[in-house]
Amino acid sequence: MLEQLEQLYQQALAEIEQITDAESLRAWEIGYLGKKGSITQMLRSTGQLPPEQRASFGKRANQIKLDLTAAYEAREKLVREQALARDLEEGQVDVTLPGRARPTGGLHPSTQILRQLYAIWAEMGFQVYRSRDVEDDDTNFTLLNIPPHHPARDMWDTFYTTTPGVILRTHTSPGQIHAMRDLGGNGTQPIRVILPGMCYRYEQVTARSEMQFHQLEGLAIGRSIRMSDLKGTITAFAHRMYGAHAAVRFRASYFPFTEPSMEVDVECFLCGGKGCRVCKYAGWLEIAGAGMVHPEVLRNGGYDPTVWSGFAFGMGPERMAMLKYRISDIRYFWQNDLRFLEQF
Amino acid sequence: MKVPISWLKEFVDIDIPVERLAERLTLAGLEVSGITYIGVPQGQADGVRWPNSDHLVWDREKILLCRIREVKPHPNADRLVIAMVDYGGAELEACVTGAPNLFPYKGLGPLDEPLWAVWAAEGAEVWDGHSDEPKRMILKEKSLRGIPNRSMVCSEKELGISDEHEGNLLLREQPLNQVTGQPAVPGTPLQDVLGDIILEVELTPNLARAYSIYGVAREVAALLGKPVRPPAYDYLAEGAPIDGAAAIEIRAPELNPRFTLALLRDVEIKPSPEWMQRRLKLVGQRPINNIVDVTNYVTFEIGQPLHAFDYDKLVARAGGRPPTIITRLPEPGETLTTLDEKTRQLEPHNILVCDTAGVLSLGGIIGGAETEISAETKNVLLEAANWNFINIRRTMQSQKVFTDAGTRFSRGVHPSQAILGLQRGIELMRQTAGGQIARGILDAYPQPSPTVRVELPIGEVRRLLGMDLDVETVADILRRLLFDVAVRSDTLDVTVPDFRTDIGTGVVGQADLIEDIARIYGYDRIPDTMISDQIPPQWTNVDLVREERARDVLVALGLRENISHRFTTPEREAQLIPPGADNPYAGGYVEIANPLSADKTALRHSLLISLLENARANARFTARQQVFEIGSVYFQRRPGALPDEPRRLGILMTGPRRVADWASGLAADNVDFFDLKGVVEGLLDGLHIAEASFSRAAHPSFHPGRSALLTVGGVDIGAFGEIHPQVAQTFELTAAPLLAAEFDLDALLAAMPDRHETQPLLNTPPVYQDIALVVSQETPAAAVQAAIIKAGGKLLRSVRLFDVYQGGSVPEGHKSLAYNLVYQAEDRTLTDAEVAKVHQKIVKACERELGAKLRG
Repeated sequence: MLEQLEQLYQQALAEIEQITDAESLRAWEIGYLGKKGSITQMLRSTGQLPPEQRASFGKRANQIKLDLTAAYEAREKLVREQALARDLEEGQVDVTLPGRARPTGGLHPSTQILRQLYAIWAEMGFQVYRSRDVEDDDTNFTLLNIPPHHPARDMWDTFYTTTPGVILRTHTSPGQIHAMRDLGGNGTQPIRVILPGMCYRYEQVTARSEMQFHQLEGLAIGRSIRMSDLKGTITAFAHRMYGAHAAVRFRASYFPFTEPSMEVDVECFLCGGKGCRVCKYAGWLEIAGAGMVHPEVLRNGGYDPTVWSGFAFGMGPERMAMLKYRISDIRYFWQNDLRFLEQF
Repeated sequence: MKVPISWLKEFVDIDIPVERLAERLTLAGLEVSGITYIGVPQGQADGVRWPNSDHLVWDREKILLCRIREVKPHPNADRLVIAMVDYGGAELEACVTGAPNLFPYKGLGPLDEPLWAVWAAEGAEVWDGHSDEPKRMILKEKSLRGIPNRSMVCSEKELGISDEHEGNLLLREQPLNQVTGQPAVPGTPLQDVLGDIILEVELTPNLARAYSIYGVAREVAALLGKPVRPPAYDYLAEGAPIDGAAAIEIRAPELNPRFTLALLRDVEIKPSPEWMQRRLKLVGQRPINNIVDVTNYVTFEIGQPLHAFDYDKLVARAGGRPPTIITRLPEPGETLTTLDEKTRQLEPHNILVCDTAGVLSLGGIIGGAETEISAETKNVLLEAANWNFINIRRTMQSQKVFTDAGTRFSRGVHPSQAILGLQRGIELMRQTAGGQIARGILDAYPQPSPTVRVELPIGEVRRLLGMDLDVETVADILRRLLFDVAVRSDTLDVTVPDFRTDIGTGVVGQADLIEDIARIYGYDRIPDTMISDQIPPQWTNVDLVREERARDVLVALGLRENISHRFTTPEREAQLIPPGADNPYAGGYVEIANPLSADKTALRHSLLISLLENARANARFTARQQVFEIGSVYFQRRPGALPDEPRRLGILMTGPRRVADWASGLAADNVDFFDLKGVVEGLLDGLHIAEASFSRAAHPSFHPGRSALLTVGGVDIGAFGEIHPQVAQTFELTAAPLLAAEFDLDALLAAMPDRHETQPLLNTPPVYQDIALVVSQETPAAAVQAAIIKAGGKLLRSVRLFDVYQGGSVPEGHKSLAYNLVYQAEDRTLTDAEVAKVHQKIVKACERELGAKLRG
């Protein structure tokens, strides 16, 4: 019996030396050391031996069980290490294969630019005020110091509705009148708002011009708002939008609802002002129209222009997006081609 | 407006590079949008950027003014001649040319009046006159039909002046040397004779005063601090008096404040002098004859349009008597045939120039054909008038006639300019057409414009600009702009020159002056400051915050945002319903009176039209589309009122549920009703709206069996589901189920709570149990779930449907709904008995209320 035990022991040691995988090792363990394993059974059968042999056999069998358990643990560790080494060495994937595609959503580029503008202006204390798309002629023009038939009306090609005196707003500026009358407390409260919205112009749709586009207008009214404030505020905005070192230029211009009026240019951020196709080799990009609110407009908003003053500005989110993302065709914006939208 | 520098310099000295001047003008509000160079090199100014011009620069040594002294026949070719050119050198140069306009001089021997022309020497660079594409060439010696030739007499095309290549550029008169002001001699560099730079100046509507070369010169003078030289307004009148030869009658002085006439007798109609023709061409005018050219010249020079009548035709119309010019509104049914050969039905507001026999011209805009200047005209009656600018613009727009004269009057010309224009014009006509000017001028000015005065406290300038300009600086700027300024301590009394029709009175006049002060002082010199004014009352735009939240949730659910044109037609939207169904979209459209195209005549009633049309376009490129749009629709609820503009949310989904990739295989299931419902539920979750319910929709755009109505807190939000198959067919979107939603966004966002509560995280052990209930086919799943939740009470933590099964052991007409239930108490570990009790209660409740049976 002892002989048989020793033989089994040698056999077990010999076998385990050959094992290289976890599965065979597990089988080996069950075969020798499991509940029904041969060594376990040998140990259990100690009682069948003559009493004088029992002690020495039992001692030897226990020793062998401990040895084999130690051999198993050592082998198990070795196999695990080998398996790890093998996996690290051989378990490679082709990392150049594409990943599993995840469906993604996304905001329209105009919304993205509008949000950027909301955020910048909010930090400067301007809140979003929205007003209607379909306007009356008075609010869109006359109250903004653009009387009927005035030549300044040539600046806006207008969509008229079949209701007389009702038009699609040509700019967000009628929102100035709404905001002043709504928030101004009859000309007693200061105002700082931005007015985003869709505007409409009777213009053939081409790569460069659309019949429908967003504008974002700003309006600040107070007892001591000065043109220097307008310049400083717009410059601060440009530094946020186009970089802290962007050069800003103010050109005299004309809008009937502001005086003095100006166009605001920023140094072309594509060529650094050296001149390129986008800035038409001028080194400047037009980013906004602005000016001090015209006294007639202040009056129409309920304010006394000898006490109150204000500034207003307007900018085009689609134009900003076109410059920022080098979009060559403004028609892309409302065509909703997913191949375009998925690029944002 | 084109502004030739050579012309501008007649009125003001310019001692800075033209590119610098262009920038100064641009910054001061006269935007220079382009610079065209004729023969002269582009200038350089530090810090000023202009696109590089690719024009031809005339070599000062090799492109010269010349005279052709003789035109000899070519011995070997009938269609060539040899021009003997005096270019200021020691000998005449022989140039072979085929220019047809030299042929009349062929074989005449040495010419008594040698021809002024342009000569290019060997090695000179010119444009290739025979090339259709712009192509440069260098002159080289080559033989033309046996005669050696190395230089040439140039055409306008070869010099880059125009596309004219039918003959050589020939000058009828000896030109001036622009540098010396003296007559130019052969050999003068052409740059000094015809070289020029043209500024393209964009004028905003307030810049009526600058709508002429002299007007721009006034602005340049103010900017550069130089004096401006006005044109000569004196005239030599030696003829018989105009009194008795004509008369004026103004019947609508508010529309025609001033009308003046002068008479020039015994003119000779011929081409106008070369210098005048050249200037007219530079500003884009076609020379016609000396009389008509002067009317145009004065229009461009000082901005006062003129009109010339054939005096004898007026006399004939008056039956041989002196004519009376009458300005008035039309009689009913009157018509006028204008110079553009259109016969116009006159409208009640069209102010007319007439005589006793009828209508002569559309006042201030365009003349009539009948009394125009012709080659036979002997006596010229010259009109310079003033017109109400608003009415002129209205007439131009309603009559659809846009002329240089009308454009200027429509911007506003002061009545004082009429008399200046008349004097300038009649004298220029006398100089170019001969004859005698009748003594006296007829001047009807029934409504003289008052002189505008503005009191400007210096404090107002400082208050609005934000800088401490001193009184003298301000006064100096205004004087440079030709305002008359008297300084009274801290106030400037400003008298406005009459050409400044843009300056108002009172507080508006002050703002007008402050703009001019800032403009000339330089916007760039005004400091940048941050607002120091009181901060306005603060508030939050809840509407916007919630709308943007909805966008974020939809994007997180994997949808892409669309923004569409809001224009449509009732016919387009009628496609949203299957044939024969009632059209809920009909009526109440905001209709466009002047649509750009036949498919954009109204504003939309539904986002579905935008989404389905977008989807049809996208279907060409992709099968999988998952998009949303947030935007307004428009309803004309009451005639005459402004329309309602409610906000809507639209969703569209179609095509594969997953994005195809190599690892998952290509075949993916298409989205169906429950994908869309998942998005809708995800949106409600994201907006923290709890009180939502779903019922069958009855909306004609949707499949009646696979669409639902979303209701929140008892308010209908809108329908969603599968688009009706016939509608999908109309939009050619039948490849996969087409799912869409259209919700009332205002109502949906109004249901958003201001805040929502979170659930505490429990550390007690949960107990998981499943339950499968067999109910009749008609029992809504929502009812089963509601019954479970009600019976489960506080201990039932969550219910999740995980299987719906029909057939097999489930009886006909029934379905099995299987739920995962989670039991958990907040404060203790549940015992088996407690769980069993609640579970049993749920089963009993479902049996009792819904006839449900526990599935075996």
